[in-house]
Formats: sequence, structure tokens, C-alpha cells
Amino acid sequence: MTSKKIRPGRLLKAPESFLDPQFIAEVKQHGFDETRRAFLRKSFLAASAALTAAPLGEALAAPAQGDPDILNLPPWTTTLGKPVASRPYGSPAKYEMNLVRRESPGLASVSQASVAFTPLQGMFGIITASGLHYERHHQGWEEIDPSRHRLMINGLVKRPRVYTMDDLMRLPSVSRIHFLECGANSAMEWGNVAVPTVQYTHGMLSGSEFTGVLLSTLLEDAGFDRKRGQYLLAEGADGSSMTRTLPMERVLDDCLVAYGMNGEMLRPENGYPLRLVAPGIQGVSWVKWLRRLEVGDKPWNAKDETSQYADLMPDGMQRQYATIQEAKSVITSPSGGQKLIDKGFYNVTGLAWTGRGKVKRVDVSFDGGINWHAARLEQPVLPKALTRFNIDWVWNGAPAILQSRVIDDTGFVQPTYTQLREVRGTRSVYHNNAIQSWKVAESGEVSNVQV
Amino acid sequence: MRLPIVFGCFAAAVTLTAQADYAGVGRDATPAEVAAWDIDVRPDFLGLPPGSGSVEDGEELWIEKCSSCHGDFGDANHVFPPLIGNTTTEDIETGHVASLKKGGAVRTTIAKVSTVSTLWDFINRAMPWNAPKSLSTDQVYAILAYLLNLAEIVPNDYVLSNENIAEVQQRMPNRNGMTRDHGMWTIDGKPDTHNTACMKNCKKEATILSSLPDYARGANGDLSKQNREYGPVRGVPTPEPGAAAPAAAATDDKTPGPPTAILAANGCTGCHGMDQKVVGPAFSHVAEKYHGQADIVSRLSGRIRNGGSGSWGSIPMPPQPQLTDAEIQTIVEWLAAGAKH
Repeated sequence: MTSKKIRPGRLLKAPESFLDPQFIAEVKQHGFDETRRAFLRKSFLAASAALTAAPLGEALAAPAQGDPDILNLPPWTTTLGKPVASRPYGSPAKYEMNLVRRESPGLASVSQASVAFTPLQGMFGIITASGLHYERHHQGWEEIDPSRHRLMINGLVKRPRVYTMDDLMRLPSVSRIHFLECGANSAMEWGNVAVPTVQYTHGMLSGSEFTGVLLSTLLEDAGFDRKRGQYLLAEGADGSSMTRTLPMERVLDDCLVAYGMNGEMLRPENGYPLRLVAPGIQGVSWVKWLRRLEVGDKPWNAKDETSQYADLMPDGMQRQYATIQEAKSVITSPSGGQKLIDKGFYNVTGLAWTGRGKVKRVDVSFDGGINWHAARLEQPVLPKALTRFNIDWVWNGAPAILQSRVIDDTGFVQPTYTQLREVRGTRSVYHNNAIQSWKVAESGEVSNVQV
Repeated sequence: MRLPIVFGCFAAAVTLTAQADYAGVGRDATPAEVAAWDIDVRPDFLGLPPGSGSVEDGEELWIEKCSSCHGDFGDANHVFPPLIGNTTTEDIETGHVASLKKGGAVRTTIAKVSTVSTLWDFINRAMPWNAPKSLSTDQVYAILAYLLNLAEIVPNDYVLSNENIAEVQQRMPNRNGMTRDHGMWTIDGKPDTHNTACMKNCKKEATILSSLPDYARGANGDLSKQNREYGPVRGVPTPEPGAAAPAAAATDDKTPGPPTAILAANGCTGCHGMDQKVVGPAFSHVAEKYHGQADIVSRLSGRIRNGGSGSWGSIPMPPQPQLTDAEIQTIVEWLAAGAKH
């Protein structure tokens, strides 16, 4: 409806951005004749009026001589700065405090068994800042003394083994970038729109570089039974001692026992000092504060494999062990609860991922799915990792509906809500990977809708 | 032909070196260590320790240790979703809970869970909420027997044990309610949705089926404070609705002051809500009860330091030796001033 494909790099500079792209096209075609000069004069008057009225425009209303932020040197240009190591760990600028993890009211009565969502609406690239990695705990988080932490391997193994952190950090290590998504991400949206922003619709999602030891290395060291050992149980050291069953095929392929995240040790909220990394698999299986691995010949039916994390289908059956996170994408900016500052050019950006391999392509629609345009994929595009996409858009002030649609390297195309509900109904809770729609109103306000 | 063979030998040699053995790394676990941690119980009851417990004993334990969160009959939902309800004697016959098909009914734990081993395992490993792994084996059997009795799976005089638990499995209301017939267990599993990558004129129009209701705009706090104040977009100001404000206001708009930070850092909020009873009383209720009393500081300081029970019911509050005197004083002064947050 408002889609307009333009060449990358074309930018409408402030304060001229009130000009309609149509007008610019006409000037290009007919030259800057008297008719169009007259139009432009009127537009300037209208724009100045709008700028006076709207506080957002104040910065754009430069006085005749120029921008005071250029003409009058600011304090940071005219004073001595702070010394090194005045903040030995470092923290974000004080202007960035709005982007923090947040709970969604009403989801849980007790914050020890709740979720804090990642502020995807303001983040860049494919790595989530460690302090903003989403949190989901079942019995609160602990800060484990790493010198007293142990990892045990038992079950169908020749030698049950115990490793300290000293041991694990001596073993051959790998570093891998992967996404981590809770199986219940977007759960609140199965039946209808329920929450305002991408932080709450999709914020149980993070991307990190994890460092640790391949599980295959440890299982071989314990001499596991390759024939009968078709399943692996992972167990946490926290109060709930969370357990999950994993398929041995996945475990041997690319699962890690990780201690590092984004170049430093894991954060306590994310499993310090040791967690399971199960690429492509839902977050609940990435057991935090990992204390034990057991090799077995049957699955365990743990609490979070029967009473939770089982997807209720319309026939009343629950899909058990729905483990792989299927392909999904979302536009993170502009997104729900935001307002575009003006008409004109925007870099529409978002994230795509798939638990089955790599993102092959992402398409974006500006008209609610009638027409689609291939987006640019930022490099690198890694298996089972977040992939960042961008696409140019000139907003002409008319209402629009923005959507993104990922296609993964198996050829799978992210489903619409209608397609997903046809198969799974609306009560599944888990594994909602439908196409997300953001409506842009004439005011520039963006809101969450479903089409 | 020759080159690949040579290369193959070389690769094998390298692999051997790499896997030689991780000398000095890790050690064998002792049988006692494995026994201490290997507590899981599988659906075939592998790992289930011998023991027994009656419905009668279970009821007593339930009221003492479980009812404050789950309700006297496992039906409460003020802290966690209900455990018991919405299953019928017919479900016990069919093994598939009919209320799951209909929709609308609250999905209780007993309606969803397919294996009794799961309940035994989770009570044993994770309950009670504030003192996990404190129950004896027989207590776990007794509490589970009481729950099964509430769901009318076992009679009032039942004694559950490792001998008869397999028979109970045959009466679990949703034992046939699980399917693994889907493509999301293996990486090459078949998907169940089949969208196509149409690019042009894919449909006639885009109809909006659902949008955010006006009353929900501010339910997650002021969105203008959840976005940057520069860049291509701004957060939309969304004043919070009066009724739903407390939770959002507490998390969204204020950096927690020292007292609330101490409460959060020391696990206090796991049992006490700001304005809502959880396991223990709400902080605002404590403030109200002791308001204006001369000895409030000394009384509450002692209560926090040493724990206790009786003032608010029988659930004991554990002692809090980790708090410094200054921290306790901060908390108590905050309570004395009305527990404002």
C-alpha cells in the first residue's frame, strides 16, 4: 500500500524530509519550475508550523545561522574527560537506561518463576548484550561458587565421571554463535493481540557467542553406550534442579557445555558457571547451572515435558517433545509502541532465525502481505544463529502494515497466523512462529495487529 | 587412489593424538556421589526409591507445607496455576482428559500430565517452593497420595508405595493424551505448515483480524520510557491504567531504592509480595499491622534475623543470617514508614 522500492543510500535529509517522494520525483522529471517552487514555499510554511507544534521537531528547526549544537561547542568538547578505569567493568551510557529487561505484568505472581524480556526494539546486529539477555527461571537464580561447582556424567556410561570447573576449562574448547529462544516466546499472542511491543511479543530471544566443551568430548571421555544411549538428561544445580531430555543425535551434533558467553563468563541469570547449549532447540532445554548429565535408553517425561512445554492441539492431544524451534522472524524497528519521527526514509530492520539450519532469505511486506520485497541480510549468516535483515523504506505518511517472512535453507516458509491456527488451533501456548504484523497509522504510531 | 589413502592415515593419526586421553582432567564418580545426585525417576519407575505414604499423612503435610501456594485442595491459582480439577471419572477410564478437547476449562496439572512418575520426581526435586529437597521419601509418597486422592484417582484410605505406583499409572486421567507424531523432535522432521513465498498480489486485501485493545496500551508501562529518546523512532507515551498500575510501576518506572533492592537480592520477594499475600504476608500488610507500634523496629528486626511463625499463619519464615544489621535496619525502617514502593 505504501511500499516504494528505492535505491540503497538515498537519504532525505532534515529539514526537507516533509517533502513527499512524489514531489521529488516530479521535480526530477519536470525540473524546478514556478508551479513547483510555489508548492515548495507553501510546504516550508506548513512544515515550520508543524515543527513549532511538535516538540519532536525542535531539533530540526535550526536558526538562520545554523544548529546551536554545532555553533556553540558543548561541554564534552571543551572540558577534560574522565580517566581510564573510572568504571572498571563499564556500563552503558546514562542515556541508554530505557532499554532494559522487563517483566510483563500479570504473567506470573512470583518473580522467581517468571520472565524478563529482552528489549529487541532498540538492539542491533545478532549478538545480545549479556546484561540484556532474557531471563526465565523456574525457581529463582543463584550465584554459584564456581570452585564448588561440579558436573557429573552417569547412566549408560563405562565410567561415571566428575569434572570441576578447573577440569572443564582445561579441555579443548569451541566458540559458537547461536540463538536462544524460549519455546513459549510469543505465547501470549496465540489467540489474539495481547501485548504492545516487540519486547513482550518476541523478547524471549537472544543471540550470543558461547564458549565451552563439545558434549561429544565429555560423553566419549565417560565411554557412553552409543547403541542404547539414545537420550540424554540434563539437570540443573538450582532449587528446582530442572531436568530435560535431549535426543542423542542432536547432542552429538553440536551441543556444548558452555561456561563463556560473549567473551566473559556466563552471567548468573544465564546459568553461571555452566549451562547446556543446545543449538536450534527451545530454551528450556538449555539447562542452566548444569550439574549432571545422564545417558539413557528412554526419555524421562520431566515436569517441563508433560505438564509444561507440551503443545495442546485442537483435538485435545498434547504434542510432547516438540523441541526444534522452527523458522521465525520479526521486524524490530519500527515496531509496536514506537512512533516514526517524520515521513521519509527509514531502514526497516529485524531478526530472522531457524532451528533447522541457516536463514536463506527474508522478505518484507509494507501492505500487510499483498506484495513482498527481498530484504538485505547482514553478514555473517550462521547456522542456528540470529540473522539481521534490513530493507529501505520511504514512508509517505499513509497507513501501512509491516511484516517479515523468513525462508530457511530447508525451503520452509514462515507461516501466517491463519495457516498456523488451521493446524494447531489457538491453545498451544508454545512454538508460535507466525508472521508478525505492525500497523503504521497516519500519525506515525506503530501498533501490534494480526492480519 | 593413493593420495586419499595417505591423507586418510594422516588424519587418523591426528585424531588419535587429539583424543589420546585428557590426562589429569576429571575423575571417576564414586557410587555415593552418583546416589547423592541421581534422583530422577523415569516413567518406567527407574530411579524410584522404595517407600510409602498414606493419603491421611499426605493431607497433614499438605496443609503444613503446600497449601499456602496451592490451596487446601490443590485448586488455588493465586501463586501458581491450579494442580487439581477439570478431570472426571470418565477421563480415568479413557486416559484422555475431555476438558482439554473442549477448551475454555482451566488446564490443571493433573489434567495435563501423563505420567505419575513426573509428579513424584518433581515434588521430590523441587518442592516445597522455598525449601526444595527437604522432604523425606515417605513424605513425597504421602503428599502425592493426597494429590491423587483429590483428583479421585485413589481412595481415601490409600497408601501409595513403590509396589503399587504402577497400578496408579493405569488410572492417570491423561495417560493417553500425549502424541509424538510431529516434526519437531528431529532436525529433519516434516513441518505441519506449508506457506509459499509468493511475492506479488498474494491476496486481495489485508484485513486486520486483531489489534491491541485500548485498555492494554499502557498495561506494560509507559512505552516512551522503553525506547531511546533519539533515533528514527520514539516510544509512544502510554499512561498506565489506574487499576493495573502497581506491578508495572514497580518494575518499569523506578529504579528500586535500597530497601526493595535488598528484598529482591535476598530472595524475600519469593515469599512476600508488595501488596499481595504469596507464601508469607505482603509487605504492605506487615506495615499496616505494626503501624505506629513503639517496638516495631526491635520486633521486626528479630523476626527477620531469626525467622519464626504464628503471626501470619503456620508457615515458618526461615532465619536470614546473611543480612547485615544495616540491611535489616533499612528494611524495618522502610516497613515502619509504610512499605512504600
